[in-house]
Amino acid sequence: MTVAETTSGKARGSRGGALRRVWEGVSVIFHSGVAVVGLVVIVFWILVAILAPVISPHDPLAQDSAAINQPPSSQYPLGTDNLGRDIMSRLIYGSRTILLLAPISVACSVAVGTFLGLLGGYFGGLIDEVVMRILDSIMAFPTILLYLIIIAAIGPSAVNVVVAITFVGAPGVARLVRSLTLDIRTRDYIRAAETRGENPFYIMFFEILPNARGPIIIDSMLRIGYAIFSIGTLGFLGLGLPPPTPDWGGMISEARKFIWTNPLGVLWPALAISSLVVALNLFADGLREESTRYM
Amino acid sequence: MQQPRDIPVLNVENLAVSYETRRGDVEAVRDVSFAIQRGEAHGIVGESGCGKSTVAFSVVNFLGRNGKIVDGRILFQGRDLVGRSQEELRTLRGDRIAMVYQDPMQALNPSMRVGDQLSEVLVIHRGMDQDEAEDMCIHMLEQVHMPDPANVMRRFPHQLSGGQQQRVVIAMALLNDPALLIMDEPTTALDVTVEAAVLDLIAELQTKFDTAIMYISHNLGVVARVSDRVGVMYAGTMVERATVKDVYLRPSHPYTLGLMRCVPKLGMDKTSSYLYPIRGRVPSPTNLPPGCIYEPRCDFARPVCSQKLPEMREVEPGHWARCHFAEDVLAGKLTSADTDVPDLEGLEKLRAGAEPVLSVEHAKTYYPVPSKRLVGGQKQYVKAVDNVSIEMRKGATVGIVGESGCGKSTLVKTIIGLETPTDGELEFMGVDISTPVSARDLDLIKNLQMVFQNPDSTLNPSFSVGAQIGRPIRRFKTVPGAQVRAEVLRLLDMMRLGENYYERLPRQLSGGEKQRVGIARAIAGRPELVLCDEPVSALDVSVQAAVLNLLLEVQQEMGTTMAFIAHDLSVVRFFCDTIAVMYLGQIVEFGPAEAIYAPPYHPYTEALLSAVPIPDPAAEQQHIRLSGSVPSALNPPRGCRFHTRCPRRNLLPDGGNICETEVPPWRFDTDDHRIFCHIPLEELRKMAPVVTTEEGGHAG
Repeated sequence: MTVAETTSGKARGSRGGALRRVWEGVSVIFHSGVAVVGLVVIVFWILVAILAPVISPHDPLAQDSAAINQPPSSQYPLGTDNLGRDIMSRLIYGSRTILLLAPISVACSVAVGTFLGLLGGYFGGLIDEVVMRILDSIMAFPTILLYLIIIAAIGPSAVNVVVAITFVGAPGVARLVRSLTLDIRTRDYIRAAETRGENPFYIMFFEILPNARGPIIIDSMLRIGYAIFSIGTLGFLGLGLPPPTPDWGGMISEARKFIWTNPLGVLWPALAISSLVVALNLFADGLREESTRYM
Repeated sequence: MQQPRDIPVLNVENLAVSYETRRGDVEAVRDVSFAIQRGEAHGIVGESGCGKSTVAFSVVNFLGRNGKIVDGRILFQGRDLVGRSQEELRTLRGDRIAMVYQDPMQALNPSMRVGDQLSEVLVIHRGMDQDEAEDMCIHMLEQVHMPDPANVMRRFPHQLSGGQQQRVVIAMALLNDPALLIMDEPTTALDVTVEAAVLDLIAELQTKFDTAIMYISHNLGVVARVSDRVGVMYAGTMVERATVKDVYLRPSHPYTLGLMRCVPKLGMDKTSSYLYPIRGRVPSPTNLPPGCIYEPRCDFARPVCSQKLPEMREVEPGHWARCHFAEDVLAGKLTSADTDVPDLEGLEKLRAGAEPVLSVEHAKTYYPVPSKRLVGGQKQYVKAVDNVSIEMRKGATVGIVGESGCGKSTLVKTIIGLETPTDGELEFMGVDISTPVSARDLDLIKNLQMVFQNPDSTLNPSFSVGAQIGRPIRRFKTVPGAQVRAEVLRLLDMMRLGENYYERLPRQLSGGEKQRVGIARAIAGRPELVLCDEPVSALDVSVQAAVLNLLLEVQQEMGTTMAFIAHDLSVVRFFCDTIAVMYLGQIVEFGPAEAIYAPPYHPYTEALLSAVPIPDPAAEQQHIRLSGSVPSALNPPRGCRFHTRCPRRNLLPDGGNICETEVPPWRFDTDDHRIFCHIPLEELRKMAPVVTTEEGGHAG
């Protein structure tokens, strides 16, 4: 009740109201220490990706045949790899690809999954059966196997990595959205929309989806973490970006052959991947905790 | 443990309870005092959030981790319970205080048989052996009038009906022969006919067991029926305390007076009387007014009221009130300016000689039930609406009443197109409406709108009030695009909501406000017919009156036809011109409101009326109780569907055998009033009126 009283005074004009609402949502993050830690790491990597040309000491593709598999030195702060390339520069540029590909592929799988989940959950019946059984059959495959099959079929490239992650991730999103839809569609405001003769797609996207956004956003955060992992895995298996593009997974895969002579070559990209994945998980957990606390 | 009669079983003195929250301590209850003697039932009545349950929880020390008693004493059989350790409390209280909650399903363990749960109480507390305990449990189930108790002992809770479950809970509470029985809204979740039977039981137990009962309810009628004395609570404190008769007939606090004036008495109707809502809303405990807590909403407030908090004082022997001017209120000396009374002349005119808007003939809505066998098997149907005929005239209000599961909502959903009828003819303004809403054209859709029951789910939490009211206006193009905002503001104003509500989100509104926005949304397209599915049953009484008044105004201003589902027969009587009584998917009586509430009655209508809790201790009510619960609509009884529970079958020769075999005929009392019964009208006319009030004869 006090919330209503204090906000009513400030809520003037739609733009101010909307902005304030967004800020209210964002400020929730700062209540959770865990989420803040995650956010700091994520922001660090985003800054690194944006500033890559400024902060990287070398060209990530430049080979120095005089310095192969070197330990850290003042010239190469994190050492060099088997072709004499600067690991630090490759990590910095590698963050660009991964921070671009992961959100894009998650966005695609969330888009596809949300659509299918809304479809099955809202219409129910035969549509639901058909959609969900197809998605179930996709989920029945082990994810790695599915990645291998898809990439083997369409070839490794940035676009195909996105396609593969979308294909593998969409069924999970669809299940989540379907269960949310099943709940939300029983509410009276959906009845009200129906008695207004609204188009089913209007009801799905404007009446149901906005009320499912919280869990979908939190799930997406976790999914970006998984996607980074998957992109790393694909890179490690040689199914990610074609060389010589700097790619964290690919870097681990190459450095692995020289693990005895240059163990740090494996460590750095592995640390990069895990720091980002852990940060995203912390962020999502903190967000979920704080958002459910006030329900 | 025999106690002398003069020591009250429970004596609460100046109790204050506060809860710790993030924003500091919140005093939920302040300065509450009352006493309960042996064999006495003390009602505590008040709107939601006024601290009724907190008082009950502090007696049983159930305040949770963040609640604590900050002041006052709670004397149980003369000994103070406040400030004792759990261990001391256990020995002091022993098993002498029992509590019954609102939802029986949550009080019973779903995975244990009823018999095991009951006998466990005796085995653990009394150290009885199993056989002895079971015998005593069966005896106790007999005491609460449970049919076939030995059989019930072997069942699981989900195999019992709601009323039976509550009887089990009450039996369990009584097993230890408690000195004090606390009941927190024990009948709120039950149907009115079941509720009446449980209330009878409570009254009977009170005398039979000589137990002190603390009865909490928001329903004035229910409290009037079971209590000897009543305390009225408002915003965490008690504002009036006296015998039932004094509180209901001679209230001496403006809030009590306000409550009495905002509930329709059975027999009142909209053309002759008016409901006076209490303005404003209950203040939040963090933001209490400095003087009298009721001052901001009080019609009689004077300058002193906003400065000085009145003490609870004895206005006359045994009649306590917390008001500076209690004597004046009691003497009826104070009058308020009733500026809000709408002019109701227009309504009368509209009703007379209006053309039919909707006609439903022999409508059937069946839901298929999947057969339990894998292959083949006969397909079964839940006959939610079975052969219903109903007509609505322009500008009239048709009430639909009946117990839950009788098909009221399905009928309304069929009319609006959310369900497709299996059979029958439905016509709305000359257009066939036996089609689902998706197959209807926009004009038809515009003219049929609905108001929903649950204020918490009627509005989409993601959109502002303005956007949600604006949507139907845009969609039905009621006004040109540029004027939509002005039209929304006009509707908000009509609902007594200011311009500042335009940008608010539903979570910033109270229940009554949400419901008003829901009404504004329904009438935004200027529909011909508005279907209201229990629009006020989830609201507090003071808010309920305001919403009913708004609906009346809408009807008057726009000439809207309304269908009004409700389970509160007093509200239906007040609000509706024509009433349809439904039982198990069929209409059993249909006619003008005044004819429904006077003989001749359908036996089911008679039973319903006799079950209504009336907030008037002076009213005389016939005692007719239905046995059993509503049969399954999957396999409705043959012949007359009501024959399994009908208390009037014996009016027919050979005990009404015909009722079991033949579908009853429609008997026409007048052209407008019809009754679906085998009993001839002459016999039905001989019935006595169910409710008689002191002033106005029977409630017709």
